[in-house]
Amino acid sequence: MGGLQKKKYERGSATNYITRNKARKKLQLSLADFRRLCILKGIYPHEPKHKKKVNKGSTAPRTFYLLKDIRFLLHEPIVRKFREYKVFVRKLRKAYGKAEWTGVERLRDNKPGYKLDHIIKERYPTFIDALRDIDDALSMCFLFSTFARTGKCHVQTITLCRRLTVEWMNYVVASRSLQKVFISIKGIYYQADVLGQLITWLVPYQFAHDHPTDVDYRVMATFTEMYTTLFGFINFRLYQTLNLVYPPKLDSKAESELKAEHEEDYAMDSESYLEKLSALSASLARVVATAEEEENQLDQFPADGNMEAREKEQKEQEDQNRLFEGLKFFLNREVPRESLAFILRCFGAEVSWDKSLCIGGTYDVTDETITHQIVDRPDIDKQYINRYYIQPQWVFDSVNAKMCLPVEDYFLGVTLPPHLSPFVEEKDGDYVPPEKLKLMALQRGEKHGKIQEEEEEEDEDEDDDDDEEEDNDEEDEDLTEEKNLKKMEDQRSQGKVRLEQEEKAEEKRLAIMMMKKKEKYLYDKIMFGKKRTTREGRTAHNNSWNGVNGMVSNVVSMWLMPFH
Amino acid sequence: MRTVNLESQKTGTMSKAKEKSAKKRVVEEDDDQLPIFDKDVTEKKAGEEEDADLSDSEESVFSGLEDSGSDSHDEEEDAEEGDDEEEDDDEAVILDEILTKSSGVETATEPPATDKNKPTQPDEKPASRRKMKKGEGVAMDDGGEKGLITIRHGDEYEHDTSDEEDIRNTVGNIPMEWYQDYPHIGYNLDGKKIFKPIRNKDELDEFLDKMENPDYWRTVHDKTTASDIRLSDEQVDLVHRLQKGQFGDINFNEYEPSVDFFTNEVMIHPVTNRPQDKRSFIPSLIEKEKVSKLVHAIKMGWIKPRKPKETTPQYYDLWAKEDPNAILGRHKMHVPAPKMRLPGHEESYNPPPEYLLTEEERMAWEQQDAEDRKLPFLPQKHSCLRAVPAFSRFIHERFERCLDLYLCPRQRKMRVNVNPEDLIPKLPKPKDLQPFPTTMSLVYIGHTSLVRSISASPTGQWLVSGSDDCTVRFWEVNTGRCMKTLEVGGAVKSVVWNPNQAVCLVAVCFESTVLLLNPALGDRLVVSSTDQLITSYEPPEEDKEQAVTWALSEGPEHDNGHRLTLTHPKAVKQVVWHGKGDYLASVMPDNSSNLQVLIHQVSKRRTQNPFRKNKGLVQCVSFHPLRPYFFVATQRYVRVYNLIKQELTKKLMTNCKWISSMAIHPGGDNLICGSYDCRLAWFDLDLSTKPYKMLRHHKKALRGVAYHKHYPLFASGADDGSVIICHGMVYNDLLQNPLIVPVKVLKGHQITHDLGVLDVTFHPTQPWVFSSGADATIRLFT
Repeated sequence: MGGLQKKKYERGSATNYITRNKARKKLQLSLADFRRLCILKGIYPHEPKHKKKVNKGSTAPRTFYLLKDIRFLLHEPIVRKFREYKVFVRKLRKAYGKAEWTGVERLRDNKPGYKLDHIIKERYPTFIDALRDIDDALSMCFLFSTFARTGKCHVQTITLCRRLTVEWMNYVVASRSLQKVFISIKGIYYQADVLGQLITWLVPYQFAHDHPTDVDYRVMATFTEMYTTLFGFINFRLYQTLNLVYPPKLDSKAESELKAEHEEDYAMDSESYLEKLSALSASLARVVATAEEEENQLDQFPADGNMEAREKEQKEQEDQNRLFEGLKFFLNREVPRESLAFILRCFGAEVSWDKSLCIGGTYDVTDETITHQIVDRPDIDKQYINRYYIQPQWVFDSVNAKMCLPVEDYFLGVTLPPHLSPFVEEKDGDYVPPEKLKLMALQRGEKHGKIQEEEEEEDEDEDDDDDEEEDNDEEDEDLTEEKNLKKMEDQRSQGKVRLEQEEKAEEKRLAIMMMKKKEKYLYDKIMFGKKRTTREGRTAHNNSWNGVNGMVSNVVSMWLMPFH
Repeated sequence: MRTVNLESQKTGTMSKAKEKSAKKRVVEEDDDQLPIFDKDVTEKKAGEEEDADLSDSEESVFSGLEDSGSDSHDEEEDAEEGDDEEEDDDEAVILDEILTKSSGVETATEPPATDKNKPTQPDEKPASRRKMKKGEGVAMDDGGEKGLITIRHGDEYEHDTSDEEDIRNTVGNIPMEWYQDYPHIGYNLDGKKIFKPIRNKDELDEFLDKMENPDYWRTVHDKTTASDIRLSDEQVDLVHRLQKGQFGDINFNEYEPSVDFFTNEVMIHPVTNRPQDKRSFIPSLIEKEKVSKLVHAIKMGWIKPRKPKETTPQYYDLWAKEDPNAILGRHKMHVPAPKMRLPGHEESYNPPPEYLLTEEERMAWEQQDAEDRKLPFLPQKHSCLRAVPAFSRFIHERFERCLDLYLCPRQRKMRVNVNPEDLIPKLPKPKDLQPFPTTMSLVYIGHTSLVRSISASPTGQWLVSGSDDCTVRFWEVNTGRCMKTLEVGGAVKSVVWNPNQAVCLVAVCFESTVLLLNPALGDRLVVSSTDQLITSYEPPEEDKEQAVTWALSEGPEHDNGHRLTLTHPKAVKQVVWHGKGDYLASVMPDNSSNLQVLIHQVSKRRTQNPFRKNKGLVQCVSFHPLRPYFFVATQRYVRVYNLIKQELTKKLMTNCKWISSMAIHPGGDNLICGSYDCRLAWFDLDLSTKPYKMLRHHKKALRGVAYHKHYPLFASGADDGSVIICHGMVYNDLLQNPLIVPVKVLKGHQITHDLGVLDVTFHPTQPWVFSSGADATIRLFT
């Protein structure tokens, strides 16, 4: 029996992974730098399949990275920049210590910086990849843009975030891609369909932040650094697809109007331009002055069965995009102007606000052509008779329902109907809140409450008629007999159906009897889970938490225990 | 000074130069190395005080080098006398210098009056030394001074050797006690003994000396030479000064006015009046060259002013050249992070009321740990958008998301979501497997206690049932009419109709009796032929001893239909007919004997016990329908015996705890066993000795199982009151396994005393099943 004895942990999965500390040593970076590098390059720990094998027999909790990932990091030019920066900091500190102010200045001038362009390109080889991953970037930038310009992070970062988010909102308005909105207790969720990708982001309410102490802002800042770069490139590309000028410029016509009005109020041109943009009231300048949005018609393919469905879908989409077209809104000062202006503009409404609230209001309260005024106070003194005074939830609910809801429920001082999440998709067996049922009925075109009433009335009428007729005619008796017969038949058929159902149920019961023990156990478990879900749904708490039993096996990437 | 002069005279010019340097050095020493000197002196003083017990170690601390030096001195001594001598002299000069420094008068060192032992004066030193050199006389006398000096000498490092030391006694640095018992205390340079002074100072002398000698306090004893030295005034003064921490030199002024080397005042005039160089007025050529180079570079546009830094990032079309090949291998390993969960209704600012937590739920939520909470937030309802506050954990949540993105280990997991419907086996529809009994059509009522056993006649017209009310009843199947009721002498355990159509016999067992009845139902011919068959029996010539007694019934019993009575030694539980109808087996369960199963032959009225050995408690037995096999079910096993070969052919493991009943497929290759632990085991005898299938359809103990004679059906009755009909198709093709499909659950029997159905049996020709229950009824399902 010759041959060398095989050593353990020198082949197989043990060689594919590396612990965090070893990786750090290999890269010769401090922990902070290593983390920053991981954030920027999108390197994350992997959970090995056989942890004990990878951990060389130990069961100590360790974080593992893929060795290939770390090798890949070795060639990263940014690592050198990190080192340069470290040296720079050291030199600067020394210069400060020696009070060599010219030296400090010189060092400052030569401060090493780095660009993340190549990393973005490398992480997202195609544009769609990048777009798919923009959810977090959006939420983060929206959060950072609401920070006060003191303390927690650089002012440049905040202004950059603000700029990028304004650009994004302008793009969404221009492309009319907003799909769903939801007012939650955390903030306002938006979902847009950009180039076929559903993108969801969360915008916090406009309040000053109470900065928590247990949050590491450096981590957040590093993420933001990466996200802003990504976001900027995506914005550029998106503007390009719409033939819009990037960085965005207001339409020349709109610009001149705005200038004439507000020149005296705003001294700083550069500052005010961003504000004008963020007002979202004017359209953007285009690279090529094209005729107004030519509708790209779907070509007719003769032998396409899906054609009709597709056409219908597109029509629906268009209808939704023109939801508020032709309506003229006025926002009262107490409603969140930006979000409402954004949503209304996305669906083609004209919108204005008080002049003192923000730049960019195009008409006044006194305008007679205003159709809706959005008010969030119990009552208002001076009301115009030719416009609706509604609460802001109407806008959100209408967008989610893809139709203008009846305004009666949203009048001033009226108790609002519950605001439902448009993101919940109930599967059969899940609990559906009654409001949603009502809404679905509305969408189907029935006017729910009214129709029922009408039906009842009709029935009554019929009964009355019957009575009258019975009094009058005998022929009708035949009719009634026929009716009775029909009923009998119905009952019989119902009985048949019931019988069939019973038969089926018994069949199933018998088949279940024949299951193997193992499968039976699994089956019982699944059925128990299902029953619990429905039970919980019935007690009306959240049905989306429990696992959904789909038909297919799907690949899920999972978080494992986070090691914070 | 005198000595110095003397010395110099003696040693010549060379020593003079040395003397100079030495003098200087000593002065310096006094000035600079005061601490050392001071220390030495104090040490010396200490040494003086504890004269007698001065240990070598203490001395070696200070004169470690001296030791070695003295050694080398000894060695060199022989080789180079002249050199040695010279140095010796030099040493002496230095030492004298020290002693007589301030006054410079050797007169002060006159021999003290009290020091009578001192034989020679220091004055004589040179002389004596000369003598020594010449090898004359003993010069131990003036060693005292020299010894003192030797130790005091602090600057031994300057002269790297201790050769210059003036050593009279050559014993070296040893405890002088070693010489206590000798008349001498060492050897001089010539190797001659140095003798101790003759007199010995005792304590008294010492005391007297102390009292009388005014110079006692300034007298120091030198151990190496055993002489007393009287310190001069200068020396005492020096010691005092050093003790006080003052400079040794009296003349040294430590407070001399300081003179700045450079003035601190700013002078208006240059220090030197030297005119400036010419070169300081002429432009530098090198600089000119440099400047011109720069100017040229600027002209040529090589040097540009520093660009203002780009603060705003520049964006461009990063994906202008999308290259699908640029997708790295890494991207295949990439596990994209799951997206943030989308909000549900409960997160709304104005959720439907059913999503709001009740007071109790809220309390529970608050008491839970943050990780255990199902919802990370409390659903809240606000009447209007204006009233919605900021979400306090917004930044936290975003930060946690960040942490998740870069710290959380990711793993690709295949989550197989099984559709429960797929788990249900695809079975043929029961509809396609008809006929089988589906509905209860008749109930046979008459018994007053639980009906243990039923059996249908081979023609299918009659049914016999045995009950705990000690009756056997005969029923007409189609009408449900009780044709006959026979009282027997005990609770009937088992009734079986003879399967032979040509015979009309029913075996009934109660207590320890097996009764063969002729119910006289059906075809008269058959009835009469049966009677004839029984009466035509002729007893054999030799009467064998049999386990049971066969008795022919007569009189009223005969009229009731009793034909033969087999009295067993023990209680009989079950009787069973062979397919041909001649043989009959009876079971007497008894764990302790081998007499459990008996096989009777009715035509010959013979009984035999087939088993010699007890293999466990026998539950039931059965004959193979076609072949001469006999099945015996004990508690856990079914044994198959070949009756002809009289051997065990198979032992079937049922995997049950306790078999209750057993039935053999009419084909003979399959077998079902019902057990009290709710299981039904189907054995394919060709396949294995283990069950082909275990069916756990019943919720409670099975009591009876039965096969249909013609249809592929089998039934099982259990204590849960139900009879389950299964389609059990056995194919002739050996390769195809039997198909078992449950087709119907028949319910009807009431559960009494925790007992439901006690026996099931099929109609011999129709797809009907009879079941007898503990509710004293028999039911027919068609």
